[in-house]
Amino acid sequence: MKIDMTVNGDARSADVEARTLLVHYLRDDLGLTGTNVGCDTSSCGACTIHIDGESVKSCTMLAAQARDTEVTTIEGMADASGELHPMQEAFRQCHGLQCGYCTPGMVMAATSLLKENPSPSEAEVREGLEGNLCRCTGYHNIVKAVMTAAGGA
Amino acid sequence: MTAVMGTPMLRKEDPKLLTGENKFVDDIQVAGQLWMGMVRSPHAHAKVGTIDTSAAAAADGVHAVYTGAELAEMGLWAAPLPCAWPVTEDMVNPPHFPAAAEEVHHVGEIVAVVLADSRYGAVDAAELVEVDYEVLPAVASIAAARDGDNNAHSDLDSNKAYSWALEPNPEGVDAAFANAAHTVKGEFVQQRLIPAAMEPRGVLAIPSPAGGEVTLYSATQVPHILKVMIAATTGIPENKLRIIAPAVGGGFGAKLNVNPDELLAVTLANKLGRAVRWTETRSEAAFSTHQGRGQLQTIEVASDENGKISGVRVHLDADMGAYMMLITPGVPLLGSFLYTGVYDVPAFGFTCDGYFTNLTPTDAYRGAGRPEASYAIERAMDMLANEVGVGPDEIRRRNYLAGGGPFENLETASTLVFDSGNYAPNLDAALALAKYDELRAEQQSRRDAGSSKQLGIGLCTYVEICGLAPSRALAGLNYGAGGWEHATVRFLPTGKVEVVSGSTPHGQGHETAWSMIVADKLGIDPNDVEVLHSDTAISPLGLDTYGSRSLAVGGVAIAMACDKVVDKSREIAAHQLEANPDDLEFTGGQFQVKGSPDKALPIQAIAYGAFTAHDLPDGMEPNMNEQMTFDPPNFAFPFGTHIAVVEIDEDTGNTELIDYIAVDDCGNQVNPLIVEGQLHGGIVQGVAQALWEGAEYDVDGNCKNPSLMDYLVPSAMEVPNIQTGYTTTPSTSNQLGVKGAGEAGTIGSAAAVINAICDALSPYGVTDMEMPATPQRVWKTINNAKAGA
Amino acid sequence: MIPASFDYVEADSADAAIAALAEHGDEAKLLAGGHSLIPLMKFRLAAPSVLVDIGRLSDLSYINDGGDHIAIGALTRHSAIETSDLLTTNAPILAHVAGQVGDPSVRHRGTLGGSLAHGDPASDLPAALLALGGTLVAKGPNGEREIAITDFFTGFLETALAADELLTEIRVPKVPGAGWSYQKFNRRAQDWAIVGAAAVANGSTNVALVNMGPAPMRATAVEQALAGGASSADAAAVAAEGASPPEDLNGDAEYRTHLAQVLVGRALDEALG
Repeated sequence: MKIDMTVNGDARSADVEARTLLVHYLRDDLGLTGTNVGCDTSSCGACTIHIDGESVKSCTMLAAQARDTEVTTIEGMADASGELHPMQEAFRQCHGLQCGYCTPGMVMAATSLLKENPSPSEAEVREGLEGNLCRCTGYHNIVKAVMTAAGGA
Repeated sequence: MTAVMGTPMLRKEDPKLLTGENKFVDDIQVAGQLWMGMVRSPHAHAKVGTIDTSAAAAADGVHAVYTGAELAEMGLWAAPLPCAWPVTEDMVNPPHFPAAAEEVHHVGEIVAVVLADSRYGAVDAAELVEVDYEVLPAVASIAAARDGDNNAHSDLDSNKAYSWALEPNPEGVDAAFANAAHTVKGEFVQQRLIPAAMEPRGVLAIPSPAGGEVTLYSATQVPHILKVMIAATTGIPENKLRIIAPAVGGGFGAKLNVNPDELLAVTLANKLGRAVRWTETRSEAAFSTHQGRGQLQTIEVASDENGKISGVRVHLDADMGAYMMLITPGVPLLGSFLYTGVYDVPAFGFTCDGYFTNLTPTDAYRGAGRPEASYAIERAMDMLANEVGVGPDEIRRRNYLAGGGPFENLETASTLVFDSGNYAPNLDAALALAKYDELRAEQQSRRDAGSSKQLGIGLCTYVEICGLAPSRALAGLNYGAGGWEHATVRFLPTGKVEVVSGSTPHGQGHETAWSMIVADKLGIDPNDVEVLHSDTAISPLGLDTYGSRSLAVGGVAIAMACDKVVDKSREIAAHQLEANPDDLEFTGGQFQVKGSPDKALPIQAIAYGAFTAHDLPDGMEPNMNEQMTFDPPNFAFPFGTHIAVVEIDEDTGNTELIDYIAVDDCGNQVNPLIVEGQLHGGIVQGVAQALWEGAEYDVDGNCKNPSLMDYLVPSAMEVPNIQTGYTTTPSTSNQLGVKGAGEAGTIGSAAAVINAICDALSPYGVTDMEMPATPQRVWKTINNAKAGA
Repeated sequence: MIPASFDYVEADSADAAIAALAEHGDEAKLLAGGHSLIPLMKFRLAAPSVLVDIGRLSDLSYINDGGDHIAIGALTRHSAIETSDLLTTNAPILAHVAGQVGDPSVRHRGTLGGSLAHGDPASDLPAALLALGGTLVAKGPNGEREIAITDFFTGFLETALAADELLTEIRVPKVPGAGWSYQKFNRRAQDWAIVGAAAVANGSTNVALVNMGPAPMRATAVEQALAGGASSADAAAVAAEGASPPEDLNGDAEYRTHLAQVLVGRALDEALG
């Protein structure tokens, strides 16, 4: 089926199988491999992207469901000159990543959280990231990074 | 240049990871690739009957379908999957091939493979393969294996795989127990754990039909070991194999194996002349990637009337799972030496029986044997404290090696020589950071008030073995390889440096840490250093990353290679400055004649001189390219004190970890930012074993919680911030004085948490809590204790 | 973990969706946010041959003041309910419970109607609705009908919706001053409730339980005890009466029975206190 959407500011159009998961469309068709797949149960959040500015798990959506939306992936976060998004920079400054596999999803979930709650408490940051799993960091520095990005640390 | 080692330099790896630029295996796409779809057994133990592949073969986009029997007939296997650690001469090692031909021995074992031209098509076609099974009784636990009513392998007459012992002083142990004033005995279950690195495993094999080479991209910790093993198991000449571990999303031991999918991809790509790939799904990983732990432990401790230990006796029954994977049988041995902990134990004995079950094979998982050992002795220390009637801190103080004071190169009852230690100050630092006395007061006031929210405080003073390993020590354990690590350090003509690392990162930050070592050694900017790794064509020599060995072996190799570069540069500098080499001092990246600061040459200028070769000493090779293969003289033994503070809701049985204090000593630190991050993650992984995780099986050998919906890897909501502190006791095993921190957190934390739970519930007479301490289990334990009181 | 193939039909109106259901019968499934259905399809535990996508029917996504009640379009997302001022003022328990579903990313996509129609016995939202006592509006080939929430959940993953019916609206009474509480117990924040208990006290007290049987339920024994003058503690003691709790890795029947008593007790303390 024909699908049209805007991905990281570019109009994209494709003919895909109806069952194509959004994450596979982004990765396999558009080559946007920064969005990762870490589970098959909507549990881990490695596939988190933004649709119309809100975080969603792209493994639990059909590409067809994203027709006519504005999709942002991790590749769309840094500006064209390569300067990191403030959230990416905060993760770097706070050592909020190790293997980096959960990181794109964490960054996308965290930016969505701050959009909805610009000055979260530490507890609210933890709650906001409840759907994103990390096996390396123990979350300590991820939480610190999000607090830093929010200007609260 | 000021020293960068010891500073929290930001990681060089991060920008690529933060922007999605890094390529993990599944991110790499090649034209003409075929996707493997695995047909896996739904039974834990069965004879494989007729397999009907016709519907799958006829499906759109399907290129080929092979059954296990067909793969065997095709002559793809020169040898079974390897076990590199036959721990005894008579160890039973049933043949294990990438796909079963006659009998399956665990759920998820591959019986056929489909090759299709799309990710989706491979999954569809695998579903179309029809397999007849004759189901056999399954052995689904260590207890069932030990009972022996059924055999996990039909052609074996027992489930026993091996018996191994470390009994340097059996008479001493017997005497210790015969004469003891106090004895305690703990029986602990180390439940099976699913490693769950966030990146599932994956492979992509790219053949060269004309040239005969095969390149394998694999999400592996061990590209070098894999290369040797793939050559041995497939018969493809080693010189025709290239293994690349691209960005790898965590390992924790789960990616240090030689797996069926890796061998299938390489051999089928080679046979078909097309790229072949596969990416594990999360729920599949419970069957396609090995698991950790899986032990029943019995530990007995004897002491005098003051709680001074006189002997420790340990027995393990260890669950191998269905097959011996790369180091499956050796995991208990890795722990065996640490059942005496940081304590002065006059007499020690350890025995272990390995058993086959019809479950996913076990192998290394963060700590590999050592968290189990630490758990047993640290739980037993708390039991002994209760028996003697002293606090958990005091019982430890009474037993520390060297009286808790500083020591170097001290032999323990388990026959190891600890490189260095200084335990009492470390304990003191942790107690102070935790405000231990205030916590105890708070605990008492809650008890006095009859609160239903009990506070528990748990200590663990762990030690671990890092820096695997002196090759001769491995020989003594019958391990099939050495423990050295290789490094190359070379100056480029423009004064930049390339480092080739034999150890391979998967999140640890090698590029940053190695750059820092080189920067200090050569007096250059760390950003002038590029670290190359994880590709056997670029880094041909290496023994990879596991066992907290990268820094203490691989990092030290880099430092030593730098020393060689400096030595050679000194010769060139002396020649060009017309000075005696001994009159040159190397500081801040330049050689200068002592007392004549105007006569100086920067090392980066010497590098250019080595490239032009216009003015080198007679006979000197024109390069600045040095190699070092470092075989450590001894292990390194980091240690630390962890304190867990839990709150237990008696009404629901829920345990909340409300604070965690860790004071670690990993010797000198290259990058404290990285050390701290490793500790945070390791601690949470051990806490997860204590509170949430455990692979659960039914009696038929089906895993009941393979997905991340049911296997509870904790989120940010379940864990607190972690308070860290450090003491520094440099290692004597290497020139950097470094130890290792990759596994330390995990080794200290499970015991600390369970000790805290037992501490919280001690008023009810609760003395033990099986892991994971689920709310239901805690609630029932409280109820039973109250009923029994 | 990939869904089996299906034919995709986009419905541009509720009537078109109903017509598509009528045409394809049991082979068809409605797709709203997809956060209940797509996971099942990925495991191939569900494999509809036709998927009727109603997710883009914006006219079924609203939260309106209906006078004595709040009317919520079936396709309203959990996140919209969680942050609705109208609901926070008039039925705060529903806004709160919507914020307990899954995690923020799931709440951005999952819909109230989709969650209810899926009928999972461990889902949070039915607890709030059962305790509030709402009404559901279903639309079928023969027009609309109202279904009391207490009549809606009929069994394990079963509801009172006919195969060709579409849930269009959820109406909840305005209870601005009522006492309320939702007690969700689980081991990991993002997970389903091991047991959940909701209470709304507005004159009389309604109490609901999730994951204590094949379908979410009202704790009628508790309600009757309270109506008869029992203390909260005494009423909570009969929380599991009439329940048939499931058994799984998180809890057996004995433990769930105990949890129901504890959680109902806490819910009553909070709602009535």
